[in-house]
Amino acid sequence: MSVRTPMTLATIEAEQGLRAALALAPEEVVATIKESGMKGRGGAGFPTGVKWGLAAEAPAPDGVRYVVCNADEGEPGTFKDRVLLSELPDLVFEGMTIGGYAIGSAHGICYLRGEYVYLLEDLEACLARRREAGLLGRDVLGSGFDFDIEIHLGSGAYVCGEETALIESLEGRRGEPRNRPPFPVVSGFHGAPTVVNNVETFAWAAAILARGADWFAHIGTDRSTGPKLLSVSGDVERPGVYEFPLGVSIREVVEAAGGGEAKAAIVGGAAGTCVPARDFDRAISYEDVSTGGAVIVVGPWRDLLEVAENLQWFFVNESCGQCTPCRVGNIKLLEGIRRLRAGELSRRELDDLVGLGHTMQIASKCGLGQAAPNVLLSIIEHYRAEVLGHIPVGAR
Amino acid sequence: MTMLPTEVVQDNADLIEAIDALVARYGNDRSALIPILQELRQQRRQISDVAMQVVANRLGITPVDVQGVVTFYHFLDTKPTGTHVIHLCRTISCAMAGMESIATRLENELGISFGETTPDGFFTLEWANCIGMCATAPAMLLNRQALPRVTPDEASELVARLRAECLAQRSGNGANGAAHGSAHGPADGNGAPDRTSGASGPPTGA
Repeated sequence: MSVRTPMTLATIEAEQGLRAALALAPEEVVATIKESGMKGRGGAGFPTGVKWGLAAEAPAPDGVRYVVCNADEGEPGTFKDRVLLSELPDLVFEGMTIGGYAIGSAHGICYLRGEYVYLLEDLEACLARRREAGLLGRDVLGSGFDFDIEIHLGSGAYVCGEETALIESLEGRRGEPRNRPPFPVVSGFHGAPTVVNNVETFAWAAAILARGADWFAHIGTDRSTGPKLLSVSGDVERPGVYEFPLGVSIREVVEAAGGGEAKAAIVGGAAGTCVPARDFDRAISYEDVSTGGAVIVVGPWRDLLEVAENLQWFFVNESCGQCTPCRVGNIKLLEGIRRLRAGELSRRELDDLVGLGHTMQIASKCGLGQAAPNVLLSIIEHYRAEVLGHIPVGAR
Repeated sequence: MTMLPTEVVQDNADLIEAIDALVARYGNDRSALIPILQELRQQRRQISDVAMQVVANRLGITPVDVQGVVTFYHFLDTKPTGTHVIHLCRTISCAMAGMESIATRLENELGISFGETTPDGFFTLEWANCIGMCATAPAMLLNRQALPRVTPDEASELVARLRAECLAQRSGNGANGAAHGSAHGPADGNGAPDRTSGASGPPTGA
């Protein structure tokens, strides 16, 4: 069993959200999502209703708008979207259909990461069933609204989870992030207004239409409403997907998964941050420790620099190479971590490494490079004694 | 548009035919490029220089544009890959769960390093970045199908079983079978590629 807590999304009745949406005017659907307070479940935390409203209002010369489901779940330690696509694909596609109705789009695209190609057949079958049932295609449920979804398969590139890189990839190019503005809601796929949302966001959108904005808004905290799926892995007895209301403490999540002795947790994956056990009372929420869902628990015996080295290698390998701070900075950080572990780094060089990390955070073009130094910097900040222990005596 | 020399066209007649069929299916719009390349990779186990040139000509873009795309994505291979492709996840949760010992075992069993193909053309060994199997680590993709909770012994058994299958198939197919498994030289124009495995094939190792 991959989901270890009762899963609210599994209790949402099929078609209920879609029928509720079609009974409303499109702008009322947008208003409902806004009232729910839902923010994007991919981790960046942009309010979904605001995004939909912007795309609905953006001028579309040919009347063409796009709804894109970001199923390029590449963040290390994240797998809840795979579970959703495997177990509740109808709800995800229902949410996309609701999004299409809300923004006036007839075209949905699901960008499925290449690593999940084995899900493709079942997802295509699900779409075919939905067309057969009148839930997709011309005149959805007799409402006069046309909407269909096609699946586009990725080819293995972490950066394509960044929405403008994803759009470049859809257009047949290298997945190199674009400058923003213009934002995709104004000029996205083929220059048309495009909403890009995470898999989980669409599923909750369907749930919100089915259960009402108030139901969702009363779960979680004022600024982080609703439940959230978390992917828990690492040094725990019971890894898997867990559902918690946002605002849950890191401690509660780690203990539920059986990681009681943990030394730290990497929250948010490779692009996240290392939270030491003494800060486990901090909340998983947009206003405190934000995450797209990854919680990687680190056991008490583990060398945190080993974790840092692994994640820095990941960024070296996945940087698109477009901007210098990310392309070169990640290589320099990896070299630094390796030299630190080998006892070859001086304190001054360690300070330089931290300075380089800060430069990458402000000077990189997209979220990948901006977030790439986060885990290392948080380890150096919170585990000063452990890190300094790698520096030879007398090395300045 | 670069015209290909006549002898190259003749040597790659079936490749060009395959590309034309894909262009007919997906269209010649730029957004058809990646679906065409994905399918071509699956059919022929590689995307060769000639293939990139032909695709560029058909889509009205430069070969360097095509090469830029091919080399950007992990799953679009320029070198011929083996009958079976193993992608071992090396990212954090799998690394914490013992990925290293699986890696060593695979290298020893196959006699190659990551990024290489065995001389018999049966296996290609690659790293993967997080494949989303973190709750069932360590994990790998075998011909793009996920295998959870792999142990070193299971990795050995898997290699032995697949190798035996490949050998049986090769001896059964005779000379023709030997040609298409070869990792030497370009697969393009080198007999019919093996279509029985690959992304949409059955989960051979599951």
